[in-house]
Amino acid sequence: MGKMERVMKEVKSKSAVPGKPGGLNPEIQSRIGHQLRAMYDDVVRQGVPDRFAELIRKLDAPDANPSQIEPGGEHTAKNDGRD
Amino acid sequence: MPLTNQLRDDILASVPSLRAFAISLSGNGDRADDLVQETLLRALANIDSFQPGSNLPAWLFTILRNLFRSDYRKRRREVEDADGGYAKTLKTQPSQNAHLEFEEFRAALEKLPQDQREALILVGASGFSYEDAAAICGCAVGTIKSRVNRARSKLSALLYVEGADDFGPDDTVRAVIGGNG
Repeated sequence: MGKMERVMKEVKSKSAVPGKPGGLNPEIQSRIGHQLRAMYDDVVRQGVPDRFAELIRKLDAPDANPSQIEPGGEHTAKNDGRD
Repeated sequence: MPLTNQLRDDILASVPSLRAFAISLSGNGDRADDLVQETLLRALANIDSFQPGSNLPAWLFTILRNLFRSDYRKRRREVEDADGGYAKTLKTQPSQNAHLEFEEFRAALEKLPQDQREALILVGASGFSYEDAAAICGCAVGTIKSRVNRARSKLSALLYVEGADDFGPDDTVRAVIGGNG
């Protein structure tokens, strides 16, 4: 992404002007906010890893055992991912 | 309150942002997931102390943050796995320039004092209000505001002024700035 790099350079050169302490360049602030959210959202978009979904499922229903229900009926074929 | 299906679903729905928070704090994907797991176990074990109708994400973030704090104190002398942890968590490999920029940002974030980093992430990325962030960190709202401001100033200095290495300080200047560390 050459564009991102260019924006970064532009911002850098602008901020090289010594500013008053505490007076934050709004352009830099928006850039920082954008990068922070990009980094964060990249993880959020990965959703819930299986290990956590299973952890909560197990702890949720210690007494219910779905594989023993439905006598003579349909097997839970969708559940073949267990170990 | 007891663990209802609704509450369980709500906890699950918070997992992605808990992971993002944990990774932002620790900079290490594996350690972050252990932190999330521990958080979920604590939350479920203490679910009776959760007040129905109160802010579930804030409650979970508080647990995670406190765990990270105690974990961090234990581990601070251990060798950090500074690289690789975060990159492994990425679903897609960014292009090289974007990757460099991303690494630069992550490195700068890790240079912030912990108080400032967590305040910035809670407000700037997790989207909590200053009030919620203050509750999560157990401090005053004004303290959170000042930490966020200091974090932003420091990041801006690291990334956009000091970060331009072609006119960065030489070793002598670094030695003076860095004291006798």
